[in-house]
Amino acid sequence: MSTARVPRALHPIAWWIWAIGLATAVSRTTNPLLLILVLATLGFVIANRRTDAPWARAFKYYLWMALIVIVIRVVFRSIFATGVGATDHILFTLPLVHTPHWYSGVHIGGPVSLEAVLASMVDGLRLGTMLCCIGAANALANPKRALRVLPGALYELGVAVVVAITVAPQLVESVQRVRRARRLRAGSGRGARALRGIVIPVLEDALERSLHLAAAMDSRGYGRTGTATRGSRRVTAALMLTGLVGLCLGVYGLLAAAAPRYLGLPAILVGGMLCVLGLVVGGRRVQRSSYRPDPWRGPEWIVAACGGLTAVLLFVTTGAGAEALNPSFSPLRWPPLPVLPVLAILLAAAAGVVAPPPPRPVTARRTRIPALAEPTREGVSA
Amino acid sequence: MIEFDRVTITYAGAPAPVLRDVNLRIDEGELCLVVGRTGSGKSTLLGAINGLVPHFTGGTLVGAVRVNGRSTAEHPPRELADLVGVVGQDPLATFVTDTVEEELAYGMEQLAVPPAVMRKRVEETLDLLGLADLRHRALHELSGGQQQRVAIGSVLTAHPRVLVLDEPTSALDPTAAEEVLAAMTRLVHDLGITVVLAEHRLERVVQYADRVVHLAGDGTVTAGEPAPMFASTSVAPPVVELGRLAGWQPLPLSVRDARRRAGPLREIITGRSVPDVRADVALGAAPLLRARGLVVSYGTVLAVRDVDLDLHAGQVTALMGRNGSGKSSLLWAVQGSGPRQAGRVNVGGTDPHTLSSAAARALVGLVPQTPSDLLYLSTVGAELAQADHESGPAARTARDLLDRLAPGIPDDVHPRDLSEGQRLSLVLAVQLRAAPRVVLLDEPTRGLDYPGKHALRRIVDGFAAEGCAVVVSTHDVEFVASAADRVIVLAEGEVVADGPTAEVIVASPAFAPQVAKILAPLPYLTVAQVSAALGSAGAA
Repeated sequence: MSTARVPRALHPIAWWIWAIGLATAVSRTTNPLLLILVLATLGFVIANRRTDAPWARAFKYYLWMALIVIVIRVVFRSIFATGVGATDHILFTLPLVHTPHWYSGVHIGGPVSLEAVLASMVDGLRLGTMLCCIGAANALANPKRALRVLPGALYELGVAVVVAITVAPQLVESVQRVRRARRLRAGSGRGARALRGIVIPVLEDALERSLHLAAAMDSRGYGRTGTATRGSRRVTAALMLTGLVGLCLGVYGLLAAAAPRYLGLPAILVGGMLCVLGLVVGGRRVQRSSYRPDPWRGPEWIVAACGGLTAVLLFVTTGAGAEALNPSFSPLRWPPLPVLPVLAILLAAAAGVVAPPPPRPVTARRTRIPALAEPTREGVSA
Repeated sequence: MIEFDRVTITYAGAPAPVLRDVNLRIDEGELCLVVGRTGSGKSTLLGAINGLVPHFTGGTLVGAVRVNGRSTAEHPPRELADLVGVVGQDPLATFVTDTVEEELAYGMEQLAVPPAVMRKRVEETLDLLGLADLRHRALHELSGGQQQRVAIGSVLTAHPRVLVLDEPTSALDPTAAEEVLAAMTRLVHDLGITVVLAEHRLERVVQYADRVVHLAGDGTVTAGEPAPMFASTSVAPPVVELGRLAGWQPLPLSVRDARRRAGPLREIITGRSVPDVRADVALGAAPLLRARGLVVSYGTVLAVRDVDLDLHAGQVTALMGRNGSGKSSLLWAVQGSGPRQAGRVNVGGTDPHTLSSAAARALVGLVPQTPSDLLYLSTVGAELAQADHESGPAARTARDLLDRLAPGIPDDVHPRDLSEGQRLSLVLAVQLRAAPRVVLLDEPTRGLDYPGKHALRRIVDGFAAEGCAVVVSTHDVEFVASAADRVIVLAEGEVVADGPTAEVIVASPAFAPQVAKILAPLPYLTVAQVSAALGSAGAA
């Protein structure tokens, strides 16, 4: 395991598999104890293995988003209450709005029970935790590196995204510059006229810049190896579309407990195969290589397996311990803590130890080498 | 290596071809300098080498352009990427990725170079261009010279046989430009790479050229050895002009060569009274503009530190200093529109910072670094009418002003279609319509060729003669030598030198104009002065 200790970025796909596995596992349970354990796992892995990059600091926004999801869930459940049982604990009663008789399915207002609030809270928590799983993948895997591993057929898409990310700050800078210049001409900063005075120079600037960029990319060999024929492009599109439909059906079948059994795995397999085929057909025309490709070594396998196993384990126990995974809150009681799912989630947490530590930020290295400090300062001041 | 065979290029809708019947051969390992006035087709010629013209720009190309035997008719630019590397004026606009290392690798990825080879070439290129310390840095936080070196490196990694550079230093300060040109000459000498270069400030590069291609402006192209070619080119650096004036044969191209030849000339003009570059200005008792203790900071970075500035009527002041030394910040703060943390500005008893922007621009007019930021209408006529509307009634309309600055610009042209010099004139007309007595120009010489700079000097002279105080921030020493009465040098936001032009710019060898270097210790700055001195000799 000596290679695992050398600081390096883990392959982004490994983090994504791990996070999606964990999200899938989360979708099978409404046990708040397990959900909180998952959140703790995410926190542990992120704290241990994230870099200093801006996207790596975005996890807290996902936590906020999860909180908002829970609040919305609870508020809606309280307003659109679906009635209370005989033994429920009533927390408070909202004024009841009488809906017309032809709209009688929905109750607005009325008594709100502790049980209903708890159930909706846990439901929101599950959704929020799934969101956080995706957020964790974003924080752990460099999104630009992730785009680089896109298959050849999707390469153009990746380039467009990268260019957009690069150009956005330039556009902001352009707007600021033109706004400032407007004042020199005594143009006001408000109103439709001002908008025109700002938008037109900025757009002209952006257009000119994109033409320059296109010319530069062309002369540096972008899109060099032939273009696809019309026929092959259609085949690719057809394969991809049917494949995606299959994948969607399959995911629905797997995740929705109510869906028929036969829909899940077969649809996912067929859809996945079609997609892969489409990517291969589409990718054949693109011949490129990639600079410093992220390697896929032992740690990648282990991290991906950790996430995958967690998902599988929670699926397996779904039949046996349905009550433990999805505890009911009426009557009110403390949810149980099933052993196997807890172990499964702890397995996912192992990723935080198994993955190699992230590369140190460049600045930290510079401060240790005094000889390099000088050009750095010069570059910043210029 | 590069072959133009009876090439004629016409853009769609243009009345006449840009290049007409061009026959040209550029051999392996040559450094070929392309010279000509703005709009004479330099960029078209350079673009035709890798097929960007006409594949990307449109237009018709008759004849054949071949690079290493590959014709651009059959090969679009992307298929010449392994053969021709192209570097433009604005490196930031051509970057595809966002860190130095990835940018260096981008071209190779497109050429499907194996990863191991790529890694090695990136390391070599980092060393070759002195970029190793910057490898992980984001491209947008590099200085201009560093960015341009990355741009050169990013095309070099594909191991092209030809490097095409279209005015690579026009946006750089002298030090950064030196840095880029040094890197470029090293490539020519060490790697034997063929370089085709277009450059405005010829004084920096003529001595390195093996061959000069001159575009006369009517579509014809001539090529030859530098010294004979420069005897008749439409643009020439001061060293060449001095050589032409003194009748030196063959023409010297570097300060060193000229200095070795200048002995007799120095003897002739020694003892003569040195003609003034500009007529002496009788400074009024009170300055037009008085600024005290100006401080501008952005976050924790101090851009201008406690600067005092007096501007007098009729005086042209040049503001010099490297990129990022606070020139623009100072101009904006003086005008009143820019941020200012401390200090006072006094123009005729009021501080423009406290006035509305309309009142401030009637006191101090500023033309920003990118003049086109001020233009937003679709025709020149509409811009002029808008300027009249903004500034209220006055004796002179914006049209009158424009005709005086640059006669013959029709009303129905789109401002973007004007040349750099014409666009600058248009923005000047718009800004001067408010009749400010203090005029600030932020890097107006950028992108202007020699005739363009002559025109700008006439314009600036005109303002000064009318009693305006003019400040020009620029990197161009030759322009400063001929146009400014006074020079202020800024460094890290502080004034490090302030005095008459002759004293400040001759004091440091790096700053001195070519004529001063050649004729030192005689205090001559411009060719016109030498010419006047010789003329008076003829009369005597």
